[in-house]
Amino acid sequence: MITILVPGALRADAGGEGRLQLENADATTLGDVLDTVASRWPLLHRRIRDDQGQIRRYVNVFVDGEDCRHAGGLGTPVRDGTEVQVIPSVAGG
Amino acid sequence: MTVLLLIGTAKGLFVARSDEHRKSWEIGPVQFPMTGVYSVGVDPRGATPRLLAGVTSSHYGPTVAVSDDLGETWREPERAPIAFPADTETSLERVWQLTPGPAGQPGRIYAGVEPSALFVSDDGGESFELVRALWDHPHRPNWGAGFGGQAIHTVLPHPEDPNRVLVAMSTGGVYRTADGGASWTASNTGVKAYFFPDPYPEFGQCVHKVAGHPARPEQFFLQNHHGVYRSDDAGGTWQSIAEGLPTDFGFTMVAHPHRPGVVYTFPIEADGRRFPPDLKCRVFRSDDAGASWTPLSDGLPEGPFFPSVLRDAMCVDTAEPAGVYFGSRSGEVFASADEGQSWQQVAAHLPDVLCVRAAVV
Repeated sequence: MITILVPGALRADAGGEGRLQLENADATTLGDVLDTVASRWPLLHRRIRDDQGQIRRYVNVFVDGEDCRHAGGLGTPVRDGTEVQVIPSVAGG
Repeated sequence: MTVLLLIGTAKGLFVARSDEHRKSWEIGPVQFPMTGVYSVGVDPRGATPRLLAGVTSSHYGPTVAVSDDLGETWREPERAPIAFPADTETSLERVWQLTPGPAGQPGRIYAGVEPSALFVSDDGGESFELVRALWDHPHRPNWGAGFGGQAIHTVLPHPEDPNRVLVAMSTGGVYRTADGGASWTASNTGVKAYFFPDPYPEFGQCVHKVAGHPARPEQFFLQNHHGVYRSDDAGGTWQSIAEGLPTDFGFTMVAHPHRPGVVYTFPIEADGRRFPPDLKCRVFRSDDAGASWTPLSDGLPEGPFFPSVLRDAMCVDTAEPAGVYFGSRSGEVFASADEGQSWQQVAAHLPDVLCVRAAVV
């Protein structure tokens, strides 16, 4: 099972849930996880990725505590038990 | 009669309501807080006007939301209403313009976006498709970006001929189609681009806004990045009408809803000095298609006034007499219920006003 932690600002786009769980997920990468999000929670997905599937500039995605930008990006490996945490970056005025 | 005024700001959307007198306004709560609302649209063709908003979160990206209950509630489709196809290798940045099509094309909505592209919807703004011929135009690699980004900010469909549409972009200039979007022609003859070695290029002008009246579809008015112009041949050629204005810089250009040839603008001193001329808060109206201009300031702030009025932050309603509205980058919104003769404040201390649109319901 893979768990996705959703920030407060996006919970309305995830059926009100702060914690999404993908059971029997055959995902091997973060990109696979987000593709599953796209099919099940499309509104949430497009808050995280742009038209071309890239993670938005001011959205940070951590895989088991590591910023995916410093790991393998969308190719960051995931495994059973992985926790994917979506956190908006500090930005704005 | 109720008049709605949609106020898009840098940190959300406000809906103001008034009666036919348009003197007392009730401002609703902020909607889409902490998003930039760069475009709002009113589609009057249904039983209840549909409202549209182009909303951009700096974190979570852009979208288009619609309201069918006059702004009480808003919704957006789960799938992105506007998205660039994969082969473009491009992603939507902002929606700068949402314009209903003509009466003969119910459901048709045009979206001008950043980066410069035109999208079209035939389901009332729920889903859009890229207009390929404009995206594939050989000029596109040479279109530039102004300070606000590179965007199509003006879409003017012909009121009767669905094949004819005019768009304007910064930078790039004016383009027209006469075949339903299958081909596009640059239409900037006479419009100056002082920032190029050749100041009259075929394209590349930094056009800020174009307006026209449906009853006179061959006539357009254009506020340029220095220069104010009129075309009497549907955009084929442009002649200066700046002589009667205090300056030729500015962002706005709005056509009167009932009287062809009557237009409003809010001049700014210059590119390098973006304050109102003489620091006076004044709207200018021409009643004779730009041959002369009249300053209108009764009821507007009298002291030094520094804010700009952005390209979509001025509009009219369709009441009689017509209402005129504008909002400033200092978060003030003003209304005139008598075609600009007198003004009063609708709101103050809002975030930067990016756009306004009015609806009479």
